[in-house]
Amino acid sequence: MAQYHQFDALVIGAGGSGLMSALYASKSVNTAVISKLYPTRSHTGAAQGGISAALGNMEPDKWEWHAYDTIKGGDFLCDQDAVDILCKEAIHAVIDLEHMGLPFDRTPDGKISQRRFGGHTNNETKKPVMRACHAADRTGHMILQTLYQQCIKNNVRFFDEFQMVDMITVDGACRGIVAVELNTGELHVFHAKAVMLATGGFGKVWKITSNAHSLTGDGPAIILRKSLPLEDMEFYQFHPTGIYKMGILLSEAARGEGAVFINDKGERFMERYAPTMKDLASRDVCSRSIYKEVRAGNGIGGKDYVYLDFRPDRINKYLEADGSSRRVDAEYIETRLPDIIEFVRVYMGIDPITEPVPIQPTAHYAMGGIPTDLDARVLADEKGTVVEGLYAAGEAACVSVHGANRLGTNSLVDLIVYGRRGGIHMAEYAKQVDFKLIGDDAHKAAEDTLNAIRNNAGSEHPGQIRKELQMHMDEHVGVFRTQEKLEEALEEIHRLKERYRHIHIDDKGRRWNTDLMEAWELGCLLDLAEVTAVSALAREESRGGHYREDFPNRDDQNFLKHTMVWSDNRITYKPVRIGRYQPTERKY
Amino acid sequence: MKVHLKIKRFNPEKDKKPYWGEYDIEADEGDRVLDALQTVKWTIDGTLNFRRSCAHGICGSDAVRINGRNVLACKLLIRDAVKNGQITVEPILGLPLIKDLIVDMEPFFAHYRAVMPYLINDTDPGERERLQSPEERARYDDTTKCILCACCTTSCPSFWARGEYVGPAAIVQAHRFIFDSRDEGAAQRLQVLAEPDGVWRCRTIFNCTEVCPRDIQVTKAIGEVKRALITGKLD
Ligand SMILES: Cc1cc2nc3c(=O)[nH]c(=O)nc-3n(C[C@H](O)[C@H](O)[C@H](O)COP(=O)(O)OP(=O)(O)OC[C@H]3O[C@@H](n4cnc5c(N)ncnc54)[C@H](O)[C@@H]3O)c2cc1C
Ligand code: FES
Repeated sequence: MAQYHQFDALVIGAGGSGLMSALYASKSVNTAVISKLYPTRSHTGAAQGGISAALGNMEPDKWEWHAYDTIKGGDFLCDQDAVDILCKEAIHAVIDLEHMGLPFDRTPDGKISQRRFGGHTNNETKKPVMRACHAADRTGHMILQTLYQQCIKNNVRFFDEFQMVDMITVDGACRGIVAVELNTGELHVFHAKAVMLATGGFGKVWKITSNAHSLTGDGPAIILRKSLPLEDMEFYQFHPTGIYKMGILLSEAARGEGAVFINDKGERFMERYAPTMKDLASRDVCSRSIYKEVRAGNGIGGKDYVYLDFRPDRINKYLEADGSSRRVDAEYIETRLPDIIEFVRVYMGIDPITEPVPIQPTAHYAMGGIPTDLDARVLADEKGTVVEGLYAAGEAACVSVHGANRLGTNSLVDLIVYGRRGGIHMAEYAKQVDFKLIGDDAHKAAEDTLNAIRNNAGSEHPGQIRKELQMHMDEHVGVFRTQEKLEEALEEIHRLKERYRHIHIDDKGRRWNTDLMEAWELGCLLDLAEVTAVSALAREESRGGHYREDFPNRDDQNFLKHTMVWSDNRITYKPVRIGRYQPTERKY
Repeated sequence: MKVHLKIKRFNPEKDKKPYWGEYDIEADEGDRVLDALQTVKWTIDGTLNFRRSCAHGICGSDAVRINGRNVLACKLLIRDAVKNGQITVEPILGLPLIKDLIVDMEPFFAHYRAVMPYLINDTDPGERERLQSPEERARYDDTTKCILCACCTTSCPSFWARGEYVGPAAIVQAHRFIFDSRDEGAAQRLQVLAEPDGVWRCRTIFNCTEVCPRDIQVTKAIGEVKRALITGKLD
């Protein structure tokens, strides 16, 4: 038997997007948050660099410039109405966070301080603009803490360490979810009028990643299992600066403060690839440039990495070369980037103030995900049919504000802006409708799935399958793709899925059975890897984060459209909503 | 390198009391102890349980006792943890044990909630941000770094002796707001901390400061709260 609960609004996930929507929904309806991690453990806490909004606190800025930069950064695949909302509401959203108590860094006159970030420009001068609002290099930590604090203040109900494993749908509408209480192993049925999926990303599909162990894409995978589509799954961002071999992120804020990429010959090679923006070109451009250097034999010691150089004397040298009068010293770097300096010291055992840091691109962010409309309502097809009672926001969702490549700092904006819109809409919707019936056996499918894993007596080991999946994805579905590589990846994924049917786990118990939950999560990773490769294979062009060596150019004629993919590998497309900006060639 | 791991094991569905599980693994000296725990779980014994998420010292999930000292397993490298080829891993102390390295964090979060860990200010802030000078902002910077991992509270002998003591982490959280120029709830929080299970249970043993993985000056923050209580002034 399963325990039963009823709430008007139910939010799955306690990262920035989940907490923001819970906060707004809970203002008027009975709301609960379900999270497999304690809220403050969510990966939003790992976000470092900042959250952009055209506050204009440091220099002139306009939300329209922010919008254009976002659209250009997204290689014109963004839905421009969604971007306008994002950038316009960002201003209010950041101020809202400040009012909630977020400790932003301050300008001398007491306003929120802002810094430069990749791809954000003054549209008139084309120079980088200071738009990223920050709290040292732990902006995400402060957002997560602040929102959780506000939820406590507002008595939002939390079910911590409860993991959703199924969604309850009746006649195509969502009526709740089923979750495992990790501490007891018991199933709980949560009956709701409106459900928000805010489960975050799925970077664990790859080996070298900045993502947490918990980021296994549970929400999007459940969507696939309910015969609903995911959007733009081929667009996954590889961030250029992961710590070599570990993938731990070193924020773009480092380059915002002046750090540069250096190859084995000591060259600042981004000058060749992006003459204007240089090291602050968008992420896909930087990641490809790094691998081009590596292929040309310019990796450090001929290997597969380059340096990120934060040494103050080098930063000053390049600032001078760029005609900037700004200068930095060790103390400044330490106060602006304390956490990432510490990551390098702890995990690499080197001091970035005196030595350059080995970096390589790291799997970082899903531009694609669960398709939604402008109020975060989940869409069932390419025609825009709404799934009643179901919402999604944050990295799990795709409204599409990031298009083919997300600009730094825009995820946090997305969490806050669309988390809030979704929360408000859920509450309004919940007030208008009554609870609709669900069956007594709503938990049955989840119970069967988990028992099948628990009792399976196959010879395959989930840990081994996960390892092989991640290896293949790094190799074949990474920064550079070809038809051949993608087909090979797909075959491999199909083989792994077959092997997954014959796994066994060691832990047969109930309480805190992470062996069981990890095996279940592996099923999610396999499904997401598959639709990622399928979508990537079908898109025969290069755009933003999706680069096909066999189709190196963007092809607006045939591919200025969003991919919708289903679990049976079926693909359809829907048009991009263009607004003020017609696609042009992207140059940095 | 070869590493011998001694891990405190306990399964509430089977065991009467905890025992030591011993495992030999191959690890890189630059790996995290968390990686070693994953290796055991993924290749030797899937029943081993521990919390983890970010794997780089940001989320606060994996506070454990390694060789008798509270740390985040993801922030300690094998080379720094191995003593004579061995690493000992136990759950943190002072919170009810659930399974293997997992303890019940609820009492810890109850103390956190008790200090009203949220901005209290009912005046209308207007359309734009409230102003705060860089100096005012710097005043409470250190205590904003807390990730609620519980390393400090569960290394504190006063907390071991009496679980009702709010503990260093909750005081750090209170400090973060008491010294924020925008906050108006200092008096309410100080009242909570003046109770018998408030700051005065701190005996300045400094364990908290020594183990804080975020390098927060915990004892100093507690001292500042004590001083505010004595002088009635926030400076
Ligand atoms: C290292 C790093 C640095 C970054 N820096 C920046 C930055 O400077 N600026 C920026 O804009 N973006 C940045 N990003 C991206 C951004 O941080 C993330 O995209 C964003 O925080 C995701 O938030 P979220 O709310 O969607 O999900 P998360 O914060 O990932 O939260 C997911 C939540 O879902 C819960 N959950 C998942 N599955 C289940 C389930 N089955 N059942 C119940 N609960 C579940 C989890 O417990 C968690 O609470 C960074 C990302 C990383 C990794
Ligand atoms: S796993 Fe996040 S702090 Fe160690």
